[in-house]
Amino acid sequence: MTANTHPQLLVHDKADNVGVVVVEGLTAGTDMLCVCTEDNSDFRLTAKADIPIGHKVALSDLKEGDTVIKYGEDIGRMVGGAETGGHVHTHNMKTKRW
Amino acid sequence: MAFDFSQDTIKAWRRENGRVGVRNHVVILPVDDISNAACEAVANNVKGTMAIPHSYGRLQFGEDLDLHFRTIIGTGANPNVAAVVVIGIEPEWTKIIVDGIAKTGKPVEGFWIEQNGDFETIRRASWKAKEYVQWASELQKEDCPLTDLWVSTKCGESDTTTGLSSCPTVGNMYDKLLPHGLYGVFGETSEITGAEHICEKRAANPEAAAKFMKTWQAYQDDVIEQFKTSDLSDSQPTKGNILGGLSTIEEKALGNLEKIGRTSTYIDVLEPAEAPAKGPGLYFMDSSSAAAECVTLMAAGGYVIHTFPTGQGNVVGNPIVPVIKISGNPRTLRTMSEHIDVDVTGVLRRDMTIDQAGDALIEMIKRTANGRLTAAESLGHREFSMTKLYRSA
Repeated sequence: MTANTHPQLLVHDKADNVGVVVVEGLTAGTDMLCVCTEDNSDFRLTAKADIPIGHKVALSDLKEGDTVIKYGEDIGRMVGGAETGGHVHTHNMKTKRW
Repeated sequence: MAFDFSQDTIKAWRRENGRVGVRNHVVILPVDDISNAACEAVANNVKGTMAIPHSYGRLQFGEDLDLHFRTIIGTGANPNVAAVVVIGIEPEWTKIIVDGIAKTGKPVEGFWIEQNGDFETIRRASWKAKEYVQWASELQKEDCPLTDLWVSTKCGESDTTTGLSSCPTVGNMYDKLLPHGLYGVFGETSEITGAEHICEKRAANPEAAAKFMKTWQAYQDDVIEQFKTSDLSDSQPTKGNILGGLSTIEEKALGNLEKIGRTSTYIDVLEPAEAPAKGPGLYFMDSSSAAAECVTLMAAGGYVIHTFPTGQGNVVGNPIVPVIKISGNPRTLRTMSEHIDVDVTGVLRRDMTIDQAGDALIEMIKRTANGRLTAAESLGHREFSMTKLYRSA
């Protein structure tokens, strides 16, 4: 693989509605190569914010109350909104455990 | 599959009880905190020995005292230890530790300070330590099957990259080696919260599943409910986890469980520092998620190599067990590579598969078993942290 085919975003499972930024210095407006690790399928998505490595990106518009799915599993709920390509983290999502 | 790991061998020490050790330490082991100074003096007198100071061992009682004894005895009994000099303040508990370690058949002798003082205790113990270290230095390594090893795992300073790369790397290693006779163990009771229903299903039998859920529920009831002030949001996920992109305990737990691979199932649930007794395979150990405490408990359970995935960059080591660090986070490799043994950043770039990463880890386990110092060993990380269940009397 050459450098320009390295993905910026990885998604665990086809059912997930968030992916993970895997490069440093990702800036808003980047046309990201996204790969689903489950089956190596890929798609493209535009980042809507500067998002740090390791942080999550919404794959579809998420609104308050929506369940966040990663690994194909429930990892918490939205307590704010995130547009497609937007940043999802503790500012707009929370555990359902407490 | 590229390699047949069932035929792989390593050069290691076969101990008196048949277990395989990958290090040849002579340790000077305090029974209690007030014997640390004497142990350190002996280790200073006799080069090649190592004191393992710690903070407890006086006025403990009940289950907490049992855990203290189990941890100290297990540390001395670990196959990475060739021989042990035990020093306590008084003879009774010292004898309990010596007798526990002696069951392995390895050389062990106890000394106590009351009515001897530090000077006389150090003098006597130093003669014994010198005898042991010279004896141990002539012990020869022999060819041993790779799968005779006991390999533990616990991750630390996790982030979203651990669930994508370093944790499934460990899982792939377990999926390949456990069927050939390896002993494995994972734990971190609090960090399973959020994925306990998935962990329950990974039990090999209904008894193990029920025992796991009972252990997990007891942790919730006895620790979380009793001591929480608001919720665990300030400590689980940790501040480091959150900086790395983990938002919830559920997300952290799912990444954590990647360490047991796709096909591995656990056959039993162990108490903290308990040695497995149901034969080869994977075990769950009830344990803290704090790195040094967890690795100390697993070492006391008899595990001889620890595999440690990290995202943001945990630096933990252990006095007697080599801790192999695995990371897939390119920023961590850029900023603190001196701590990382296995670089799996290629998994995030999609130019390394999890299968290849698993093979790379197995290769590093073999090299470590054959004598390569881990990053943590070369940097002098010897964190030994006892788990304490409640206040002493």
